[in-house]
Amino acid sequence: MSGKEKKTVKTVIDGKEYAFPQGTTILEAAKSVGIEIPHFCYHPGLSIAGACRMCLVEIEKMPKLQISCHMTVDDGMVIHTNNERVKKARKAMLEFHLVNHPLDCPVCDQGGECNLQIYYMMHGNYISRLRENKVKKTKKAFQIGPHVMLDQERCVLCSRCVRFCQEISKSNELGIFQRGDREEIDVFPDMQLNSPYSANVVDICPVGALLDKDFRFKTRAWYLESADSICPRCSRGCNIEIHYNLNRPWKNEGRRLARLKPRCNLEVNDWWVCDEGRYSFKFIDDDNRIEGPLVRTDGKARNTGFKEALELAAESLRNSAASTDVEIAVLVSPRAANEELYLLKHVFSEQLPGTRLVFSSATPFEPTEDDILRKKDKNSNTRGAELMGLTPDSAQVWSLSELKDAVLAGEIGALYICYHDITGLPEEFSAGWAEALERIPLVVYQGTNTCPTSEKAQIIFPAAAFAEREGTVTNFEGRVQIQQKVFEPLSEALPGWQIIQSLGVALGGSYEYESAEEVFADLAKNEPAFAGLSYEKIGSGGFVAKDAKA
Amino acid sequence: MGNITVKKIDTSRPMTFLERIYIWEILRGLWITNRHFVVNMFFHILNLFGIKTKRKGAVTIQYPEEHRGWHRRLRTRHYLARREDDSPRCVGCMMCETVCPANCIYIVAHDHPDPNVEKQADKFTIDMGKCVYCGFCVEVCPEDAIRMDSGHLEICSYTREDMIYHIDRLLEQHHDPSDYKNHEEWMEEYP
Ligand code: SF4
Ligand code: SF4
Ligand code: FES
Repeated sequence: MSGKEKKTVKTVIDGKEYAFPQGTTILEAAKSVGIEIPHFCYHPGLSIAGACRMCLVEIEKMPKLQISCHMTVDDGMVIHTNNERVKKARKAMLEFHLVNHPLDCPVCDQGGECNLQIYYMMHGNYISRLRENKVKKTKKAFQIGPHVMLDQERCVLCSRCVRFCQEISKSNELGIFQRGDREEIDVFPDMQLNSPYSANVVDICPVGALLDKDFRFKTRAWYLESADSICPRCSRGCNIEIHYNLNRPWKNEGRRLARLKPRCNLEVNDWWVCDEGRYSFKFIDDDNRIEGPLVRTDGKARNTGFKEALELAAESLRNSAASTDVEIAVLVSPRAANEELYLLKHVFSEQLPGTRLVFSSATPFEPTEDDILRKKDKNSNTRGAELMGLTPDSAQVWSLSELKDAVLAGEIGALYICYHDITGLPEEFSAGWAEALERIPLVVYQGTNTCPTSEKAQIIFPAAAFAEREGTVTNFEGRVQIQQKVFEPLSEALPGWQIIQSLGVALGGSYEYESAEEVFADLAKNEPAFAGLSYEKIGSGGFVAKDAKA
Repeated sequence: MGNITVKKIDTSRPMTFLERIYIWEILRGLWITNRHFVVNMFFHILNLFGIKTKRKGAVTIQYPEEHRGWHRRLRTRHYLARREDDSPRCVGCMMCETVCPANCIYIVAHDHPDPNVEKQADKFTIDMGKCVYCGFCVEVCPEDAIRMDSGHLEICSYTREDMIYHIDRLLEQHHDPSDYKNHEEWMEEYP
């Protein structure tokens, strides 16, 4: 789309004249003016297949109906998307699509979000004329990869999944086999649908032929509510929808978060997410969540309530600050939101001047990367920390190994750990830390889940997970994006920024932020990289921070 | 708003002389009550000695020993029906749970060993204490799995927990037509 402006053309759709850029398909053009043309095989992220013939429209002066997903608008075109002829054709196409469909909607997880169901109710609604037996296909409830279940009978052969595997994941696992009414989708012999993006075929399958193994039978689509968020699993920051269920706690073993779905953002992730990100939410409803502030004395952890734990933490931190031979260190996490990082930076430098900041972007995850979406850095906010000067590029901030040396030299009197499970990191980062942690007189841990590192801490603060608090994260290219608060934090957990603010207050400061948005407003004022940003400006698509060009 | 005219209709009639002197009506009332008492007593005594009469001792029903006949269409307590091979019909589609206006159905589904059935209810619970007996669940069920013709209407218990019927209890119940005294028959019996 570089170079010269596109010509606009005048086209009449359903009796109204509109102007569209030349080259727009009729389907997209109609959609842009609010006319939905039913379709199965067309997907804006994939090539055009023209396989389903659901999108037929009448164009005046053309003898036959045309597929609107392929035909582009042109000057003087007069298009009818909903006249009798088109409706009749649509109905007939639906009849074809349903000839061998098993009609097992009751057991199909796609029910409620199935295009075949929706179109049948909108455009079909005929009484079946089928007398023959339906053609039975071979694979039903068949697992074709780690995440995807195949049901060949439900398939409408739109070939979206095949095109996805060819064009997007480029892994080419799926194909269409046989001919005529025995035609079926399948993986190639001896292959598995196991590319790192495999579960996207579930999202693009317009019917229930490809379904998510993980979500299978957990609940029904219409019980779920949805909120926008950002995938926390790598520095790409893919836009996602969080589908959750609070009203029916007996479903899904009481887990509130049911599934993650990609949300289209053409600047970040198009229509896709990787499987690692898609299934990265399990920790939120895990049994090992830290539910209340704990204080460990003589090896026994006891829930003291926030007030006591905060006072104890403040007192112990102040004691170690008073000592001249030891330092206090704070291990900052690149998984914390911008708001939290900002407060962390300020509270510690204002209340306990001389506190040593430590930063590590190591994660227990495999550093997978490709040129589709996945980034090697498996943290959601490394760039945000970098823009605030919290990374070891600045001389005051230590790396994990520098910290370890200092610990082993006995120079660290207290360590405040945010989210990092140091002992659970890959060997090169975690080596020696199990003993090193024992050497520190006071370890305070702030995190979501119990881990070997938190087991070593004397004071533990329960933090809200990314879906339980509002906050912004900055992706690798400096795009600041909002993670909405989807539901309340588990039991006593609090958003990270709130814990740090309360600690600041317990240390004698006065911090009175009411919401993450207020923290962000201050952050935008004081951090030049974020100047001029606000939640409103970031919106649902994100906004690239000013000095972010890497 | 237009004027609304209300037409008054007086249905009262002036009392007759006998009604007005009061004592006569009292005696008439006593006579009716006593006549019923004596006649009913007579039939009760006959029945007591095992003499069958066409007429019963009284028009009232001796509940709970005696039941009023139930209409075939009466909705009674739910049960989960089975297929010919005795496996539960329910496929755990959660339609009934969705439609239930009282929110008293709780279903958890899992895989069925047969891929052609695919899904079945793992847990299926109805809180009878909340059910309003609307029958929507029966209406909506695509598998004719949940039915309300068990012929059990008296659901009572000493605890709330006992009012919660889990899948095993719902599956053991069957439709028992003998509990449905034919309504027409009953109407003949109690004209
Ligand atoms: S009868 Fe009505 S209230 Fe009772 S379980 Fe069925 S749908 Fe719910
Ligand atoms: S509607 Fe019928 S098949 Fe579906 S869950 Fe209820 S009882 Fe089972
Ligand atoms: S959407 Fe146009 S042919 Fe399928």
